[in-house]
Amino acid sequence: MTPAVEWGADGRVQVRTGKVELGQGLHTALAQIVADAMGVPLSQVDLLPVDTDHSPDQGVTSGSLSVQDAGAALREACAAVRPRPGPRREVGRSVPAQDLRAKLAGEPAFIHDWAPTGAMPGLDGDPQGAQESALLHGRVLHPPPSATLQAFDEAAVRSCPGVLQVLRSGSLMGVVAQSSAQADAALAALGAAVRWHGAPLPPEEAADLPSLPATPRVVLERHAPVDEARTLQARYTKPWIAHASIAPSCALALWAADRLQVWTHSQGIFNLRRDLALAWALDPAAVRVQHVPGAGCYGHNGADDVAFDAAWLARAVPGSPVRVLWSRADELTQSPQGPAMRVALQAGLDSGGRITRWQHEVWSPGHSRRPGRSATPALLGAWQVDPPQAAPASIDMPLSVGGGAERNAVPGYDFAAVAVRCHSVRTQRRSSALRALGAFANVFAAESFIDEIAHATGVCPLDLRRRHLQHDPRALAVLDAAAALAGWPPRLRPGATGPGRDDGIGHGLAFARYKNTGAWCAVVAQVEAGAKLRVRRLWLAIDVGLAVNPGGVVNQIEGGAIQAASWTLKEAAAAQMEGWADYPILRFSEVPAVDVVVLPSEEPSLGAGEAALGPTAAAIANALFDALGVRVRDLPLTPERIVAAMDTPE
Amino acid sequence: MEPMQLQVNGRVHALAAAPQARLLDVLRDELGLKGTRFGCGANACGACHVLLGDRSVAACDTPLWAAQGDAVTTVEGLPPRLREAFLAEQAAQCGYCSSGILVSAEALLRATPQPSEAQVRQALDGHLCRCGAHNRIVRAVLRAAAA
Repeated sequence: MTPAVEWGADGRVQVRTGKVELGQGLHTALAQIVADAMGVPLSQVDLLPVDTDHSPDQGVTSGSLSVQDAGAALREACAAVRPRPGPRREVGRSVPAQDLRAKLAGEPAFIHDWAPTGAMPGLDGDPQGAQESALLHGRVLHPPPSATLQAFDEAAVRSCPGVLQVLRSGSLMGVVAQSSAQADAALAALGAAVRWHGAPLPPEEAADLPSLPATPRVVLERHAPVDEARTLQARYTKPWIAHASIAPSCALALWAADRLQVWTHSQGIFNLRRDLALAWALDPAAVRVQHVPGAGCYGHNGADDVAFDAAWLARAVPGSPVRVLWSRADELTQSPQGPAMRVALQAGLDSGGRITRWQHEVWSPGHSRRPGRSATPALLGAWQVDPPQAAPASIDMPLSVGGGAERNAVPGYDFAAVAVRCHSVRTQRRSSALRALGAFANVFAAESFIDEIAHATGVCPLDLRRRHLQHDPRALAVLDAAAALAGWPPRLRPGATGPGRDDGIGHGLAFARYKNTGAWCAVVAQVEAGAKLRVRRLWLAIDVGLAVNPGGVVNQIEGGAIQAASWTLKEAAAAQMEGWADYPILRFSEVPAVDVVVLPSEEPSLGAGEAALGPTAAAIANALFDALGVRVRDLPLTPERIVAAMDTPE
Repeated sequence: MEPMQLQVNGRVHALAAAPQARLLDVLRDELGLKGTRFGCGANACGACHVLLGDRSVAACDTPLWAAQGDAVTTVEGLPPRLREAFLAEQAAQCGYCSSGILVSAEALLRATPQPSEAQVRQALDGHLCRCGAHNRIVRAVLRAAAA
């Protein structure tokens, strides 16, 4: 294996990492770590493209683990080259994201803009498009969910201008054309020339989950004799959520002499290589996968699937690279979605109002169906061609590596007796990892429930949390920091006596330590509940240990909070969607002001990408309760749901 | 057939494309201007906006013939003030939506050199950003206006 860190001939430092840049600023942070460990300025550090031929296999870039894991690995690699690290100059300093200038100048910075040059194994790309003429363009028509191909008029597609290949295998169809526009036109002709067979997917919404086939498991049982003077319970849901990246997934592939080369924006190039090798019964060494940046990635989206599609089409034109681009409809419908979840909570309180018993029960499809982990490829097209390969089941990773549905289902609070159970539900709809996984629904539910308990017992929600977090000073610190930032308690105004005041303004608080092992985050939300719910402002406090790039951490937390506000207010994915009209997300005029404070720390660095999601959702729901006196327990918090909750007696 | 002519970023090009070709495809594939990004193909996300004269339009929803009479400006042809303000505010994460937003911000500042925050949000309301960089983007546009 080539060393991860090397001196170049020109005195620059060359770095090979297996973790990829997804728009989260990771490579900038890793470059800062290497700069200090090698004692060179940041400008002399080059992160090389991530490539199965040259980079270490560090698995999937996910789970907010990359700064802590890959950062530590690079520090070690640097120590082997330069035994004494330099002084800390770059780490802890806000530096600009290194890829941004080119992107803002409109340079061909994305895989969508990119073409390979030369014969294999050319690592060099051709961002200027000089070799565009050698590149062919593919489109794939996937069957709608649960449908199969009944008939299709191949001649109608073959006669389209520029079409070089029309392919069909099983229920998968595709075209290869000379230009991108010709490929689009041929795809439209394909769509018009096809008839599908099969019923739509059954309803598998959050409310349906308890009636679907499931395997129960106990996550945690901690028995203790408790004083239980009062018992409260509630149940919460979140819907299916789409990744909804601004760019549809895209990949390039090239076959030559039984070797396959693929360019992808996948989160896990080695996992993808393994499944591509499985799909065509190749030795993985005959497959080379290189990472090229795509648009923002928030989990297991269509990147791996479109890489299969590109390889499938390119196989029909050996020696020519083929770029395949999904449609917006594919991006919303064919990508895995973050699964619907249902959470039932029960709490026992002693006569002094202390929570002594906590029960958290979650129903959810699996949160992980990533490539590289099963006996058959976890690639959509591989299940649709003839002969089809079996689709692996969607699973939850063990809690020791973060879990899936049960992520953050174990309370971080000091409760004497705790029971956490998970029902792993099997759905036909395709579920996999979306930012924060189960933590989003679990934290939304648990932190809403804490708020309900506070109101039911007449205690300030901040005080109730503090009372049960005395063992965790960093939790107290973020709670206090968010409260101070927001001016908590915000209710101390003339005439304000409790939830449901006349002005429609409300404030809510929530907290979680992501995965119970990651960053601590507390959020205060201010909402205005009029004809629809508007989030006016969010205040967040975060403890990520030593922030390698504090400005980058703020950007991640701010972005996570805004994405969570969008999920919370608007988003629910149908099984089949055509475009943005079917899946509205938060717009500029709807985005709240966001204030973030990063707590200073010298503790080991923790990831920032996912910590804000769950607490933000709960803070918004709690603020809605503060504004109107109604509790909405089903996401998203639409006007219809709010009106329905007002009409339902508690 | 006479080649179509199109003025892009101050240069006149003779094009092989048909009049009904999408401006987006002409810019990206015939002229190699990859800065105009494809997002949805249905004028619903804002990623592919370009200036036609002083108007910000979706290049995925504009046929070549409709662009002929106007000077086309893509993100590559914008003056640097907005770009520098976006860098100063780190007003992006992945940067995929940035091109279209820079173009609409330029159109706004040409029509309204000193916009209010609400005017900036209104001008950018047709642009989707999934990473959540909205507030930084608004700050960057206001910074550029003040520069």
